[in-house]
Amino acid sequence: MMIRKLALAASAALALGLGGTALTLAQTAAPPTPASALRGPSSFAGIADRQARSVALFSEIGKVLTHPRCVNCHPATERPRQTDAMTLHQPLVVRGKDGHGAPGMECTTCHGKQNVDYGRVPGDPHWALAPASMAWEGKSLKDICEQVKDTSRNGGKDMAALIKHVTTDSLVLWGWKPGPGREPAPGTPAQFGALMQAWADTGAACPAS
Amino acid sequence: MAHTLKVNGATHSVDIDDDTPLLWALRDNLGLTGTKFGCGVAQCGACTVYVDGKPMRSCVTPVSTLEGREVTTIEAISGREADAVQKAWTAGDVPQCGYCQSGQVMSAVALLKEIKKPTDRDIDLAMNGNICRCATYARIRSAIHDAARTLEG
Repeated sequence: MMIRKLALAASAALALGLGGTALTLAQTAAPPTPASALRGPSSFAGIADRQARSVALFSEIGKVLTHPRCVNCHPATERPRQTDAMTLHQPLVVRGKDGHGAPGMECTTCHGKQNVDYGRVPGDPHWALAPASMAWEGKSLKDICEQVKDTSRNGGKDMAALIKHVTTDSLVLWGWKPGPGREPAPGTPAQFGALMQAWADTGAACPAS
Repeated sequence: MAHTLKVNGATHSVDIDDDTPLLWALRDNLGLTGTKFGCGVAQCGACTVYVDGKPMRSCVTPVSTLEGREVTTIEAISGREADAVQKAWTAGDVPQCGYCQSGQVMSAVALLKEIKKPTDRDIDLAMNGNICRCATYARIRSAIHDAARTLEG
């Protein structure tokens, strides 16, 4: 235990050193980039046309949906991806019959109910791949938008159920607390939920591309 | 902090930190050294045990997550599949250095419990998380097929 604690202390010291460097840079650099932040619904109030405002809201929502924290487990193939670089999951794992992996090598073989930071293994009680009908990898925002609204592909969720899902499901919320070494999804869960609600309230329009 | 662990049918109380990996508790506190440390980051499979009958990497399983759950290690696996795997492993001289083999056996038995007659692909998908530095993979695959034939009767 002591050896591990020493190793953790060394890692923490290194992270602190790097963090200090990042802090110095942040103090002299521009405000947060659009990639790591979300604009709130009020930012779009100036768009008079309701449909155009809805499309703009979904484009902001898309920053979350196309982030590695989301796309890695919404793969287009049977294989999930991992890391911010979205590399294929190592070791090789597959979707399996129900999104929980292959017999003998299910997600739960490695992923527990919580992040295990010392092993760099993320976890959540619902850890699983999204169904193939909800694959987002490589898709345009238009396609993702239509998919998300389509009850024949999204698990039968109407807009209210969809908003409830993305604001309460623990695996969705994990995207903002992914543990060290993984960039959280942009913004906050509350901002994301507010954008989803505003998008729904404006007719849930989809981008043209 | 005291933790109650159910391992191989027996209940143990161990005074260790909440985030202590199960692997350490097994080896250092309970003396069950059949389960091996390989990588510590769930990449090699040497530490595979069963929790409530399902394979789990004990190196990334904090003891705090195991209240009320049943752990089974290589020292205690039993049943038709385990017997068939043990016989096939011996007949095929599967291990070379042997270090990874307790993890390999745990995964192989878990596979055969779910799929009685696995294909090569079933075997690859179930076993690819168990790394063998002696590269005994071909013998492992062959032995799993042999064990499946034994189970067929």
